[in-house]
Amino acid sequence: MTNNRVSYTLDSTLETVDSAERTATRIATEAGFDDEEVMRIAMAVREAAVNAVLHGNAYDPGKKVSLAFERVGEDLVITIRDQGKGMDLNKIPDPLAPENLLKTSGRGIFLIRSFMDEVQIHPSQAGTEIKLIKHVHGAPGGGKEASQ
Amino acid sequence: MSMKVSTRQVDGVTIVDCSGRITLGEGSVVLKDTIRELLSKGQKKILLNLGDVSYIDSSGIGELVSAFTTVRNQGGELKLLNLTKKVHDLLQITKLYTVFDVKDDEAAAVKSF
Repeated sequence: MTNNRVSYTLDSTLETVDSAERTATRIATEAGFDDEEVMRIAMAVREAAVNAVLHGNAYDPGKKVSLAFERVGEDLVITIRDQGKGMDLNKIPDPLAPENLLKTSGRGIFLIRSFMDEVQIHPSQAGTEIKLIKHVHGAPGGGKEASQ
Repeated sequence: MSMKVSTRQVDGVTIVDCSGRITLGEGSVVLKDTIRELLSKGQKKILLNLGDVSYIDSSGIGELVSAFTTVRNQGGELKLLNLTKKVHDLLQITKLYTVFDVKDDEAAAVKSF
């Protein structure tokens, strides 16, 4: 098993969001995921990048977004980090609650969690790091997927 | 590919043919501006044809919700037509499929207003 890591430092712009999505699509495809899974991974990365650019760094040109893709064993691990104030995990709404269904925002983290096998969010005063993990389909020992 | 829209009238219903991506930024703005313009002209029966929409993100979903509530608050109706599998699945996951009136036949959709 080889561990390959590729990382990028990106500006806090909308182009970064599109770029992160394109890169995720390429790397997930190369990792052997099927089209449906590639779309889900790319969308999760896009949503995490939106959070980093918009809510974390608030488009501040002095703040960067770091994005890393890593093959760890049979997992694809994607880490997105911003330099904002740190996400308040208690303020993430449940977009499926009846009172939130018609809200125009607040679905990003929900979609990320829906599309990835594991999601870890680590907020701090130096920014928020979100780790997205997808188990490679058909991987030996990939029994965790039985929970899907 | 950014989002493009064109509108046409069928039996008093405005059909908005959308293509491309409804995402944060330009795509969402195009949709918002289109709905505003239609409402300003008094066109309140709106059928959003999403058959050629290849991709939608959470911002795009938010814009669909915004369009839906904006039209409804002005006494109109907004319905969705021809969802792709991707968009259909997203609306299912977010429980919005039951909020929107979703159609898959244009003629029947027009008659339903």
